[in-house]
Amino acid sequence: MQFMLLFSRQGKLRLQKWYVPLSDKEKKKITRELVQTVLARKPKMCSFLEWRDLKIVYKRYASLYFCCAIEDQDNELITLEIIHRYVELLDKYFGSVCELDIIFNFEKAYFILDEFLLGGEVQETSKKNVLKAIEQADLLQEKTENMYHSKSFIGCKRAY
Amino acid sequence: MPAVSKGDGMRGLAVFISDIRNCKSKEAEIKRINKELANIRSKFKGDKALDGYSKKKYVCKLLFIFLLGHDIDFGHMEAVNLLSSNKYTEKQIGYLFISVLVNSNSELIRLINNAIKNDLASRNPTFMCLALHCIANVGSREMGEAFAADIPRILVAGDSMDSVKQSAALCLLRLYKASPDLVPMGEWTARVVHLLNDQHMGVVTAAVSLITCLCKKNPDDFKTCISLAVSRLSRIVSSASTDLQDYTYYFVPAPWLSVKLLRLLQCYPPPEDAAVKGRLVECLETVLNKAQEPPKSKKVQHSNAKNAILFETISLIIHYDSEPNLLVRACNQLGQFLQHRETNLRYLALESMCTLASSEFSHEAVKTHIDTVINALKTERDVSVRQRAADLLYAMCDRSNAKQIVSEMLRYLETADYAIREEIVLKVAILAEKYAVDYSWYVDTILNLIRIAGDYVSEEVWYRVLQIVTNRDDVQGYAAKTVFEALQAPACHENMVKVGGYILGEFGNLIAGDPRSSPPVQFSLLHSKFHLCSVATRALLLSTYIKFINLFPETKATIQGVLRAGSQLRNADVELQQRAVEYLTLSSVASTDVLATVLEEMPPFPERESSILAKLKRKKGPGAGSALDDGRRDPSSNDVNGGVEPTPSTVSTPSPSADLLGLRAAPPPAAPPATSGAGNLLVDVFSDGPAAQPSLGPTPEEAFLSELEPPAPESPMALLADPAPAADPGPEDIGPPIPEADELLNKFVCKNNGVLFENQLLQIGVKSEFRQNLGRMYLFYGNKTSVQFQNFSPTVVHPGDLQTQLAVQTKRVAAQVDGGAQVQQVLNIECLRDFLTPPLLSVRFRYGGAPQSLTLKLPVTINKFFQPTEMAAQDFFQRWKQLSLPQQEAQKIFKANHPMDAEVTKAKLLGFGSALLDNVDPNPENFVGAGIIQTKALQVGCLLRLEPNAQAQMYRLTLRTSKEPVSRHLCELLAQQF
Repeated sequence: MQFMLLFSRQGKLRLQKWYVPLSDKEKKKITRELVQTVLARKPKMCSFLEWRDLKIVYKRYASLYFCCAIEDQDNELITLEIIHRYVELLDKYFGSVCELDIIFNFEKAYFILDEFLLGGEVQETSKKNVLKAIEQADLLQEKTENMYHSKSFIGCKRAY
Repeated sequence: MPAVSKGDGMRGLAVFISDIRNCKSKEAEIKRINKELANIRSKFKGDKALDGYSKKKYVCKLLFIFLLGHDIDFGHMEAVNLLSSNKYTEKQIGYLFISVLVNSNSELIRLINNAIKNDLASRNPTFMCLALHCIANVGSREMGEAFAADIPRILVAGDSMDSVKQSAALCLLRLYKASPDLVPMGEWTARVVHLLNDQHMGVVTAAVSLITCLCKKNPDDFKTCISLAVSRLSRIVSSASTDLQDYTYYFVPAPWLSVKLLRLLQCYPPPEDAAVKGRLVECLETVLNKAQEPPKSKKVQHSNAKNAILFETISLIIHYDSEPNLLVRACNQLGQFLQHRETNLRYLALESMCTLASSEFSHEAVKTHIDTVINALKTERDVSVRQRAADLLYAMCDRSNAKQIVSEMLRYLETADYAIREEIVLKVAILAEKYAVDYSWYVDTILNLIRIAGDYVSEEVWYRVLQIVTNRDDVQGYAAKTVFEALQAPACHENMVKVGGYILGEFGNLIAGDPRSSPPVQFSLLHSKFHLCSVATRALLLSTYIKFINLFPETKATIQGVLRAGSQLRNADVELQQRAVEYLTLSSVASTDVLATVLEEMPPFPERESSILAKLKRKKGPGAGSALDDGRRDPSSNDVNGGVEPTPSTVSTPSPSADLLGLRAAPPPAAPPATSGAGNLLVDVFSDGPAAQPSLGPTPEEAFLSELEPPAPESPMALLADPAPAADPGPEDIGPPIPEADELLNKFVCKNNGVLFENQLLQIGVKSEFRQNLGRMYLFYGNKTSVQFQNFSPTVVHPGDLQTQLAVQTKRVAAQVDGGAQVQQVLNIECLRDFLTPPLLSVRFRYGGAPQSLTLKLPVTINKFFQPTEMAAQDFFQRWKQLSLPQQEAQKIFKANHPMDAEVTKAKLLGFGSALLDNVDPNPENFVGAGIIQTKALQVGCLLRLEPNAQAQMYRLTLRTSKEPVSRHLCELLAQQF
């Protein structure tokens, strides 16, 4: 996978992950172009399209579009399920994830993605294992947060 | 405030994000961000040491601001400090910041690498993973140099935790992809292969990606992975849907791992070991069998995961291309998907079938689905699916179904999306040629193409039809008749006129017996289109006319009348004028025999790869033409359609004109006259000098004409061999340039050919070519009166320092110029170093006893020695930054003097000489160019950027070059053009 973008129906970029080296200018250009292309597509159209020499795989979840760019030899359907598994991971972690969760906890969205995909390849597909890694981090975090800033800790909505 | 805030509560961050979201306008947002940036900056600069939490919070805010699309130029140091924190969350944010905003500041990189090194050595798996993630996310060469040797050790160490192994494998993969030379091969590679046997599915999943990449580069070293991969795959495929617990995804066991294993196997040919092969074939069959079982869940995730494996299995079967039984089963399976209600599956089935079509075992099976595919082309609502259907039709085409497929594609072309029309045109043209049984069908098809989508028919396509018709005498009469009919349409595409003009000029005689297409009718039909056509087409038609004079002597008077008309003989376009003059003279001075020899039918074209196929390959990348490249699946396709082979009747006679006139030892590699585009004609005829373009050979009649042409003074070869130094009179001898000289000069900044000057007496035409630091210019002096000019002497003068900057060698021309005649002067130009003022051209002669003199500026400006340079956006910006001294930049903001048309602007910039770089400027309205000015002494790199502002009708032009006067001069020259 070369990159993954999350953006809203209004075209606002919510998350970007690049697995190939590109300049900031190029990234912005690609983002602009793809957001436009994908938003212009109608609901019943197929989830794949050719774009430059890449294949784009995208899927919409509520107000958010998840969009991956893969290479010619890569498997479209399994990429579609990469997207779905990532959504499931977010959902499990945040509890009924919505766009706001990703906006306010963008760093978490990145951490979860890093546990799941690394260097553009699937690293760990087990939901349990991915979330275990994140939870451990949260536990470490809570300890330190409570030590230093107990008042600023807002608390978990759901325990794991 | 957010509904959820898990783990940490960076309250300040949440408040800031809320504020940003509440901003009503972009301005308000920027204001809020600037306020925050100022605040963070003061915190970072303040005397009070920040605690880790605050640092983390501010760094996180900076990250958020960056991800909103704003630039961040500080905070890197604080982020690096966080890396060495022993608190996980601080470290984590530090790493995230570094991953997203990596900065190649060397001092920083050293610190970052140091922190990573510590974490890798910490033996704390969570810290190790963070460090590995960071390396994988950044993947830079610096990191490769620092860690590529350590990571293999971590990967295969017996005591590494599973999660660390997973991260290490993919981290290594990223480094290996970026800089393979940095990853040392060694003892670890054997142990990596054995990770395929690892108990932990996650480790296997990560490791397979690394192994696949290593196999691609060194297949022989990793062969042992084949049997391991097969046995792993076999265990997964045969496991029950719940065996793998959390690695089962919607009742599909380990879909990601299965797909990766199948990809790995595609690095190799089928296993040699019979047992391994048997086991693998069993797996593949199991997957195909499972596809027929009822689904275990109605969820789309279930079917996607299952079908992902199925498609990858089919890819492997196609890759092996050795199991007919499996290939046919695969094809049948895809056939079912062609009518599936899921658009995604239809799309993939069409795509996958395309590759199946090129296998000899499954080609026939694919063909049985033709009706479904044609239906998809007609009815799919999604253009990307229709595109796949068109690709598949192209791939499944052979002699048995070519007519059906070509006619369906032609029909599709009428409504096809603009973006893909050109490609469809190319495909139709190729199929029509490849599978033509009778060539009349081929001719019909191409003419239909021109009729339906003339704008998308590229030169390659219509050149090709001419080549084929020329080489096959069995279709020439039919072609003549058909184009004649096609030309009768009231509005026909210019490409049709070109094809028609050429074919009638060659073979019009074959239909001349029919009174409906008698010679005068043919001529007047063609001539009725003449005035609406472009210069290139008109030039081609003039060649047709002279050919008509030979074919049909009865048209001679009419055609000579046309050639003689002022609109031809004095045409502002040099090419048209020259053709008219030459053809007129030829038709009046040459005997019928000479005429017949010179204007004989074109000899057959030497066979070569279809230029259309080459073009399609260029368009689609290698492999696009594969359906046609491999003849193996269509044994019946022998050389009849391998290309046009010269038929015996035409192959024997190379055009005798060559030998007769002794101009050339061998017949020229002939091309239709029109291909030696207007600009090249003279150069082809006259020379092979350093400045001459290598171009298609001239047709015999053109070469012949050059010798016949009365005004050509001496053998130009001698001129080149022994260039006489310009006999410069001192500058005091000549008058000042005429007032319009600058304006005339400006007209030639972006073009090389045209009329430089004209008054009642004299017309001066220019034709020039430049290559590197050399140039050649042809000046044509036309006497517009009926009285002879005497003492005619044009000279070139170098004012000021120019002598040392530019060398111009000229040859004296004949001192008398007859009334109505034209003389030509050749100038050889060498640019020694950069220069600012052009040379002067002084023309003196006596007309009716009165001395006339005239001084012009010779259209030689520094930009003529531009050599266009293509570069990627990255390089461009790097160079742009390198030329950042104020004196290296010249900028002008000016009002548009002409309508602001992007195409015209592009043409002007190209004419100016720089390369136009696409996809560089973030604003697509802007133009960016690059080139090198070549002089003998030095080269000057130039970058330019033109920003049109349509609203204000203004432009901003910026030039950056390594030499200050050049920047300014180029800027001035170019600014005049818009």
